[in-house]
Amino acid sequence: MTDITVQKVTGATAGDFIELLKPRVMSLVVFTGFAGMVVAPGHLHPLLACVAVLCIAVGAGASGAINMWYDRDIDAVMARTARRPIPSGRVAPDEALAFGVILAVAAVVVMGLAVNWAAAAILALATLFYVFVYTIWLKRRTPQNIVIGGAAGAFPPMIGWAAVTGGVDLPSVLLFLLIFLWTPPHFWALALFRSGDYARAGVPMLPVVEGPETTKRQMLLYTLLLVPVAAAPWWVGIAGPLYLAGSLVLGAMFVWCAVRVLRGADDKPAKQMFGFSILYLFLLFALLVGEHVMPGGV
Amino acid sequence: MTMDDIEERRRRLRGRNWAVFAALIGLVALFYLVTIVRMGGF
Repeated sequence: MTDITVQKVTGATAGDFIELLKPRVMSLVVFTGFAGMVVAPGHLHPLLACVAVLCIAVGAGASGAINMWYDRDIDAVMARTARRPIPSGRVAPDEALAFGVILAVAAVVVMGLAVNWAAAAILALATLFYVFVYTIWLKRRTPQNIVIGGAAGAFPPMIGWAAVTGGVDLPSVLLFLLIFLWTPPHFWALALFRSGDYARAGVPMLPVVEGPETTKRQMLLYTLLLVPVAAAPWWVGIAGPLYLAGSLVLGAMFVWCAVRVLRGADDKPAKQMFGFSILYLFLLFALLVGEHVMPGGV
Repeated sequence: MTMDDIEERRRRLRGRNWAVFAALIGLVALFYLVTIVRMGGF
């Protein structure tokens, strides 16, 4: 009897369901959502702030679970995703879909009842956008899939901001734009060294359709666009000089990574850029939060 | 299905049941605390 058969016979563990929520992706989503709450003007009761963060986490995880349900056929043929709970036979597809839908609805309803309905509406929009626009519509149809679909991952700071203020303002739109522009170089760096996987699965990622050179040029373009947008929180007054300096230094390093990818002939610079892109976003939002919580901060 | 498989299946089912129980208790506590806060109790 193979491992998969044993797993099918014995059923899923609670850990398999946790894995459906893509915990590693969730952590960055939660952190950017938390940052949106910290920098927003106004006050939110700490318990309600925790509920808002929990709802953002559960909503993001639910989207991931539904994504894994829909993409189970292509996940099975890609080395990076073949061991996920559904393609490996640990969780039945129907169970994964039900799990994702229930959690998504619960996250939106609890956010609406406990915090406010503006934040709940943006959370619902982010979930629907990720599932219907990115996963079902764009991912298998166009190399611009992660450019447009990347908007789904850019909503969390806007949700955090709306949880405190009850609305959408220019600073929260700028935080959205920051993650929106960060997503293409981040994801294409991964796609460059995993292009064989994507080609095998028939996913039209940019390196598969247009080739690595076009992808590398596009990555540099988006990275250059990102630098001024990343500095924009300082212009609108939600960040101080420490953030401005940090964003410019980190931006220069990110651009340098993109230049190295453009010049490089092997996968190594792309792997390094992918790793740095995660650190970049984390440090940027950590600076934003740090300036607000330190004494005499923004 | 061997006896080991049956035992493993029981063990996993028990684990899932405990996880659902913990989630439900957490949800009840969450609703209680949120209600208190929203009513101005804190």
